[in-house]
Amino acid sequence: MKKELYRKSIIYRKKILKYIFNANAGHTGGSLSCIDVLNVLYNHVLNVSPGNFSSPDRDRYIQSKGHSVEALFVVLADKGFFPESDLETLCKYGSHYIGHPTRKVKGVEQNTGALGHGLPISVGTAIAAKLDKKDYRVFTLLGDGELPEGSNWEAALTASQYKLDNLCAIIDSNGLQITGPTSEVCNTEPIDAKFESFGWAVRHVDGHDLTALMQTFDAMPFTEGKPNLVIAHTVKGKGVSYMENALKWHHGVPTEQQYEDALNELDNAMVTVPDDF
Amino acid sequence: MSTTETTIENKKGTAKANLEVFSATLQALAENDRGVLVVTSDSRGSGKLVPFGQKFPAQHIEVGIAEQNLVGVAAGLASTGKKVFAVSPACFLTARALEQIKNDVAYSDNPVKLIGISAGVSYGALGSTHHSLHDFAVLRAINNITVVAPADNFETEQAIKKAAATTAPFYLRFGKKNMPLLKEADESDFEFGKGRVIIEGDDITFIATGETVYPAKLAAEKLKNDFGISATVISMHTIKPLDCDLLKRIAASGKPILTIEEHSVYGGLGEACASFLLQQGYRNRFKIMGIPDEYTVTGSQAEIFNHYGLSESGIAQEALTLLKE
Repeated sequence: MKKELYRKSIIYRKKILKYIFNANAGHTGGSLSCIDVLNVLYNHVLNVSPGNFSSPDRDRYIQSKGHSVEALFVVLADKGFFPESDLETLCKYGSHYIGHPTRKVKGVEQNTGALGHGLPISVGTAIAAKLDKKDYRVFTLLGDGELPEGSNWEAALTASQYKLDNLCAIIDSNGLQITGPTSEVCNTEPIDAKFESFGWAVRHVDGHDLTALMQTFDAMPFTEGKPNLVIAHTVKGKGVSYMENALKWHHGVPTEQQYEDALNELDNAMVTVPDDF
Repeated sequence: MSTTETTIENKKGTAKANLEVFSATLQALAENDRGVLVVTSDSRGSGKLVPFGQKFPAQHIEVGIAEQNLVGVAAGLASTGKKVFAVSPACFLTARALEQIKNDVAYSDNPVKLIGISAGVSYGALGSTHHSLHDFAVLRAINNITVVAPADNFETEQAIKKAAATTAPFYLRFGKKNMPLLKEADESDFEFGKGRVIIEGDDITFIATGETVYPAKLAAEKLKNDFGISATVISMHTIKPLDCDLLKRIAASGKPILTIEEHSVYGGLGEACASFLLQQGYRNRFKIMGIPDEYTVTGSQAEIFNHYGLSESGIAQEALTLLKE
């Protein structure tokens, strides 16, 4: 299982690059930073599949960080929500596979892309679960760069007020946004203390450590009656050495040579699965 | 439906504020449907929803003064099939949370019923921060939302019931003033997107919406009594989609048209009608009455209406001017 997940992360990375290269557009760095979280969510945590997607009892995943839609699309294709060949049309004229999550694509819960929207919607969805005494859980992925949006903090208050321990917000904490380091653009640290003071239960995790991610999500709710925050420490552009922590890959598109180099690097990672897996 | 406590009496002399009718209608709906929820932003008092919250505490979500969150939370609730009414002063709901209305409700097709309370200049003396004179304009430009400003208690009750029965996003706008019935209530006489003809006349047409329909009706009666001029009066309760068939019928007579609204003259009912008719090739004499592009004068709603001519005499005077041109 773990080896399979490890391989999936690499395959997902290759596909993200493939479709961004084909489309000549996309948010490369952020998709590579969050893909391990999505891998664990869709392959270990979420009770969501093409077969139960219309069920009111399914878990919900809402990607607030809409810019990294390429990561979501390759995972949804892998889970069978739509044929992967559809992604050949990514960002092309008339395609449903646009640069942000849209409900025109099966498997996408909410239209996002404008930032600071995912958490309030997730709070409403989680309140509905409590009202209906249903067991489904709601997960939302936020970028650290979108945290200054005030709507996040409004929603954080409501989540605590309504004791939403069925809600999990995950911050893809890669430390970079389009302009530069998040600490220099608008420093939101200490994020953990801020959310804790808002009444949340907070966990830190290495956002690329699949085992640690699984263990973290398995431990929900971290504290009964408190909403869950997972601060996933990630590397923007993770997996492709020349992209890692490099600002220009926020929405940079590789050249053909760069693309080949990236695929080679990822193929090499595939044949060296760590021993502890 | 259990209506003993909450039935709206649409009889002469029982005028209530439309907002009270909204609250009573919502309670009647909630009686038999636990899926009916109201979400407020510290607005349960001004929204006349204290009784609702007391009677149905499990169906009332309070988010505090946080309008963006109000709409986002409402969208999340609606995504699970709940019938959600998100209630907030119209000025804040449609400006502060506009992006949430655009993305979380309309674009995402989450069927929230957005209730803008104390709309227009209902908060008269509180000034421009609290006036909502832009809501028609901004929401007209957003795809997939119906925009409604009921005039009297009958239209309000019908609008709430019928909006609740849909799975579509709605914006409904209410003021604070007691609104007399415009004419005998007839349930077959209310349909979204269809203007209500209050008075049929021959010389000029008044197209009004919300709380300006009543002074328009009074102005028509004054013109009839004082000058023998007969005006058609229409309550165009649905701003979007407009009743284009009715507009064409009115314009085809060639008579002047006066639009009246508690909204900026920019982007509201008047411009919507003008745009449609001009593109259809009609060239009737046409005048838009509303609030001009300025910092609004303060006072009560009635005083502000008087100041800008949105009163019985002001509308009648404008009609006489238009008829002489």
